[in-house]
Amino acid sequence: MSLLERESAGVVMTPDNIRTKHMPLLVNLGIALAALAVAAAVVFGASIGNWVLVVALGVVFYLVGLQIVAGRIEGRRAARDRMWKTLIYAACVLAILPLASVVWTLVSKGASRLDGDFFGSSMNNIGARDPDGGAYHAIIGTLEQVGIATLIAVPLGVLGAIYLVEYGRGKFATTVRFFVDVMTGIPSIVAGLFILSFWVLIVSPWFNNGTPRFSGFAASLALTVLMLPTIVRSTEEMLRLVPGPLREGAYALGVPQWKTILKVVLPTALPGIVTGVMLAVARAAGETAPVLLVAGGAASINFDPFAGGQQSLSLFVYQQAGDASRYAPARAWTAALTLVAIVLVLTIAAKLLARRTSLSK
Amino acid sequence: MGEHPSRSENASAGGRGVTRRHSPAAGTGVSPGSYDEPPFGGGGALPKKARFSMESGFRGLSVAAGAMVLVIIVAIAVFLISKALPAINADTENFLTFKQWFPNETSPKFGIAALAFGTVLTSVIALIVAVPIALGIALFLSHYAPKRLATPLGFIIDLLAAVPSVVFGLWGRDVLMEPVRNFSAWLNEYFNWIPLFGGDGPFGRSILLGSLVLAIMVLPIVTSLSREVFQQTPGMNEEAALALGATKWEMIRTAVLPYGKPGVVAAVMLGLGRALGETIALALTLGVVFTISFNIIENGGNSIAANIANSFGEANATGRGALIASGLVLFAITLVVNMAARAIIYRRREFRDSAA
Amino acid sequence: MAKRIEASNVSSYYGSFKAIDSVSMTVEPKTITALIGPSGCGKSTFLRSINRMHEVLPNARIEGSLTIDDQNIYDPDVDVTAVRRLIGMVFQRPNPFPTMSIYENAVAGLKLNGVKKKSVLDDAAEQSLKAANLWNEVKDRLGRPGAGLSGGQQQRLCIARTIAVEPQVVLMDEPCSALDPISTLAIEDLMFKLKDRFTIIIVTHNMQQAARVSDKTGFFSIDKTGDPGRLIEYDDTQKIFSNPTEKKTEDYITGRFG
Repeated sequence: MSLLERESAGVVMTPDNIRTKHMPLLVNLGIALAALAVAAAVVFGASIGNWVLVVALGVVFYLVGLQIVAGRIEGRRAARDRMWKTLIYAACVLAILPLASVVWTLVSKGASRLDGDFFGSSMNNIGARDPDGGAYHAIIGTLEQVGIATLIAVPLGVLGAIYLVEYGRGKFATTVRFFVDVMTGIPSIVAGLFILSFWVLIVSPWFNNGTPRFSGFAASLALTVLMLPTIVRSTEEMLRLVPGPLREGAYALGVPQWKTILKVVLPTALPGIVTGVMLAVARAAGETAPVLLVAGGAASINFDPFAGGQQSLSLFVYQQAGDASRYAPARAWTAALTLVAIVLVLTIAAKLLARRTSLSK
Repeated sequence: MGEHPSRSENASAGGRGVTRRHSPAAGTGVSPGSYDEPPFGGGGALPKKARFSMESGFRGLSVAAGAMVLVIIVAIAVFLISKALPAINADTENFLTFKQWFPNETSPKFGIAALAFGTVLTSVIALIVAVPIALGIALFLSHYAPKRLATPLGFIIDLLAAVPSVVFGLWGRDVLMEPVRNFSAWLNEYFNWIPLFGGDGPFGRSILLGSLVLAIMVLPIVTSLSREVFQQTPGMNEEAALALGATKWEMIRTAVLPYGKPGVVAAVMLGLGRALGETIALALTLGVVFTISFNIIENGGNSIAANIANSFGEANATGRGALIASGLVLFAITLVVNMAARAIIYRRREFRDSAA
Repeated sequence: MAKRIEASNVSSYYGSFKAIDSVSMTVEPKTITALIGPSGCGKSTFLRSINRMHEVLPNARIEGSLTIDDQNIYDPDVDVTAVRRLIGMVFQRPNPFPTMSIYENAVAGLKLNGVKKKSVLDDAAEQSLKAANLWNEVKDRLGRPGAGLSGGQQQRLCIARTIAVEPQVVLMDEPCSALDPISTLAIEDLMFKLKDRFTIIIVTHNMQQAARVSDKTGFFSIDKTGDPGRLIEYDDTQKIFSNPTEKKTEDYITGRFG
């Protein structure tokens, strides 16, 4: 007999030892029901809580009961396996509840103002007792602000990434890459503060006879600061995935580097780059904090991003959320629903595009 | 790949190196001066690299773009610091330890003690709540769910990471506040001997509410990163554990979790980074009170970011400087966290790629 | 200690796809049996069905009976984890747990089974590493990572890990195909030594290895792609390699196909 067999019985197996009993499903259900019943009795009997507590206690009792019963029937290791499986499933259920609630609330409360008036009018001249008012100006604002930000950030970001991947060598490139990483961590409100202090309060008075001007363009600048590092990094990753032999083939044919990049590398990486840009745009569309600080949050329609305050959809939600009027919550939720719809459409499109791309990690 | 000598505009890619201007080399065979086409082989002379051309132009453009990034961030840093320092100098109290926020007075008194405390506390509680659940979901998706369920579920979780924070904040205030208030009252009734749950109320707009909303926002990030890590566990290690007679959970504990630990740590830190920088969700759900208190259920709580959002409107120059200073502190904290997370991910990737 | 394994008309399915068809063989205790044949003809599938590792893939099932000492391992009330402790497996690529040290790898199976006593673990580690011909090379660095060893050493560590739980049968799925020739010989020597304690069944692509090492050999093949694998011939190694009964076996041995 080995030391193992002597000291730890049951570890070493023999063929007559391999059988075990399995706990039938009915017993499992029985334990669950019994646990719930006991929990209900305890909670309601002693009046210490409501049905939520019953469920919570019920789960605890179930796990305890499972360990005892399954431990007896199937053995401790199998019982522990069951317990962890239960906990993992419980984690999923626990997470689904709030997420489903968010979705449900968005749809049910947001549907209340899904009318043409909402999408066709602004908050101009809408008082506290006024049930009308819409988010047209906010939608325009979001589209313009995000659009301008994209127009600035994409060329800058893609070119920067091209530098990092194709041309960059040595300390300068390392420094740039490091600072791009630093930039990804800027809290959005800090970016807003920067544009507020710099652009709105210092630069814009030059163009405005000395008074600071809140504008949609200022918001675009803040969004650019937020989008730029994301676009640089995702483009850089995509460019790196383009196989070296593809570039080398072009060079060997005598194609200059800039042409190789424009005609061979970029087109190959393009779906991935577009995906990265779309995800950055989706994120920018949902940003509230920087817009809050620099765009002015105007109530009326303003097509000019350079003059006069502008609204954005996310800011509109935030402002209506803080508005005391009893018609504000409906507007807030419908605007939220619209915003989520826009962001999700962009994100889903980006991810579907990413799946079809020929380059993969 | 080295640089390629530039060609004139008329050259076509893949051609034989025809160029309209080249100088004959001294002492080589045939003199090409009499005809346009150089002899076969180019006459032994390579064209000179032109000084300004598409190649250097394009290259310069991309270098400029890279430099622009540097310029932007340096500008941001320099500018913000230049605005923050005067405010801190004007502060009559200690910036780091004072709890109240009155920077707009003639004798400014402000400090980030309460704000920093709230920022860290809400993020920590959010992680405590979110991480176990996120890991459970990640394990479910990687090892327990059938493939047909796991892929769409994983996709949905990725989508949730994209939902804007203002939506979560709105939901937190409109939908979650009431249940949290009831829960807080219950906690207060039975557990008020724990300082976390003490006090007399009112309850609701509290650190608890803010942390729970943050937890829901952080959940998708930690889940999808952890799931990726768990899925990358080498199959042969999983098989080895099973072949030794392990149950499914024992296999996960032996092969999956130890292998995934660095990746999970990185995921948690990235989630922490997001939680620390979150503004709007907390602005909508915290009670905005400038105290340091471990009581998480009473109305109260504040964070650096939420304070900026709430106070910027009435701030004068010093006030703005004070807000900027607090923002810089926040930036510094998130920077450290994000860098650490990235360092772990990069090291992991190299290790994995070199081992493959 | 080693036990007899009897397979009787074993067919293996993944969903509706039949991987092996009606395999019958008897493996005597304390012998080495080699399973040879061209790629994709079910040798590994059959091997994995012996310790029920094929169930790791979804929708896997078995028809027929597989018994060890007359105990059917596919009975509904048999504990799969117990079967796998009884019948151990060494895999093609050495796979020590990367986050564990050499010592921890060796006793991994025991720890999984709840053995905590240090004296038992130490003793088991030493015994199994000695039995795997690895002790002298690692006894001074038991705390170093298992993944830091060479390929051949790693495979011996995996063998030590497998025999530490004291199974009665050891299955080896092409254990040397990822190793250099010197390490391969070391593993083959180890197999001879282990034969005294365990019944060993190995799958190998290397016919010379089968001829060197095994007492009996089973030859698997398929008729055409998509067909299930079949056991064509099963006999003493001597006979298979010098005077096989089936023509297919002869064709494979002499290299006419495969």
